[in-house]
Amino acid sequence: MGEKRPGNSCALCTSAVETFEKLRGLCALVVKSKMTVTTFTDSFRDPDAARALAEAIRARSTRPIRLMEFCGGHTHAILRYGIPSLLPETIDLRSGPGCPVCVTSATDLDRAITLAQVPRAILTTFGDMVRVPGSRASLSQAKAQGADVRVVYSPLDALQIARQNPDRPVIFLGVGFETTAPMVASAVVAAETEGVGNFYVFSTHKLTPPATRAILDAGEVALDGIIGPGHVTTVIGSEAWRFLPDDYTIPVAIAGFEPLDILRAILALVEMIEEGKPDVANAYARSVRPEGNPAAQQVMERVFEIADADWRGFGTVPASGLRLREEYARFDAGRAFPVEVEPAREPPGCRCGEILRGVLRPPDCPLFARACTPEHPVGPCMVSAEGACAAYYRYGNLERRTAHVEREM
Amino acid sequence: MCLGIPGRIVEIDDNPLMRMGKVDFGGVIREVCLAYVPEAQVGDYVIVHVGFAISRIDEEEAQETLRLLAEMGLSVSDELEGGKER
Repeated sequence: MGEKRPGNSCALCTSAVETFEKLRGLCALVVKSKMTVTTFTDSFRDPDAARALAEAIRARSTRPIRLMEFCGGHTHAILRYGIPSLLPETIDLRSGPGCPVCVTSATDLDRAITLAQVPRAILTTFGDMVRVPGSRASLSQAKAQGADVRVVYSPLDALQIARQNPDRPVIFLGVGFETTAPMVASAVVAAETEGVGNFYVFSTHKLTPPATRAILDAGEVALDGIIGPGHVTTVIGSEAWRFLPDDYTIPVAIAGFEPLDILRAILALVEMIEEGKPDVANAYARSVRPEGNPAAQQVMERVFEIADADWRGFGTVPASGLRLREEYARFDAGRAFPVEVEPAREPPGCRCGEILRGVLRPPDCPLFARACTPEHPVGPCMVSAEGACAAYYRYGNLERRTAHVEREM
Repeated sequence: MCLGIPGRIVEIDDNPLMRMGKVDFGGVIREVCLAYVPEAQVGDYVIVHVGFAISRIDEEEAQETLRLLAEMGLSVSDELEGGKER
């Protein structure tokens, strides 16, 4: 089967003329001996290999199944690369809650907006957060009204702003899953080490396995397998998903973010489902290890402790969030600046909550692409670039979406 | 949000407070925290998320995956060819 040593000429490339064109692309993948950055992107986008994987999935899949991609980055990639059009009709892909901006509750956003209005405060956060509507306004509206809201790329940039403005409180609105929480923890540790006393974190960090459990426990949508989040799992390790086969008897395949990564994960899921052998498959082994990243886990555990968290669409999920430990309480914006907010209101008619739970698809929402568009978003799933609604709006194939909706009605 | 971008380490600063370095993202060089990849050396590829390297890319695993994909492409081609003959 094939020439195994990269660098050698591939004898099979000289075989059947008919398959030559197809094989040439595939052989090009393996003869690259010197890696470049594009080896980890372009090589995993090869259209011939994608078609070969799709053929293998088609050949293997006999019964209708529904898979959930947890991660918003996967939703985006799946639609961007047209993966649904490569898959057989037997496979239904559902978006999950893996858009941190989307699952941030309106109450937490209202709190963040109130924190931005603390006298002389500078509120810092990631770009996606500023446009998301709370119940009354967004951070960008608060900024327009005079609040000092700044977008940063890294929590270390927020710490730098704190160093440069020692007489002003600098609050970092921490959003994100296990991928992002360690970096915020590192910024807190650095602030402690350097004695930066005006740096605060408002943590809305959330954990992915408890949300996955919440979806499965609710039973609103029957799932046959999970496409596991590649970068969350780079941190927490693939063994953190062992509960899926063990407790729920469904398989999980960890995927990277290139089309071939996602297709490999889908193939692994189809194989495990067809064989009735649920397990944890790692289709992103170039980044994900079974034990994850111990250094990132250690700093996260040092600074944060597990707490209940409010998720948009889910309500309070037990032990699904991260708050600063007592030892780091002086960096906790929630404790340093206690703010009261009125009960939050969700945007009327917005079905973002059901979309985050995988119960509905974006086109099932009556507002989708009508009252709610990326230019005039009603809810967070349309605001964030990672939101399922934004991804469907931008890349979705209307005919196929319609076909899915009709079949399910 | 969990976006990770591959890049190549071109310089390491073993700062006792935080291991930092410079990473080349296809021509654009940025400062990156390397605290979570203590094993990574100059020349290694890493995946970077919000200014921190979260993993050292295992080049052998990447090559192995590409090799498997190539093999699979061959076997699928064989099947398709076989199918035509039948």
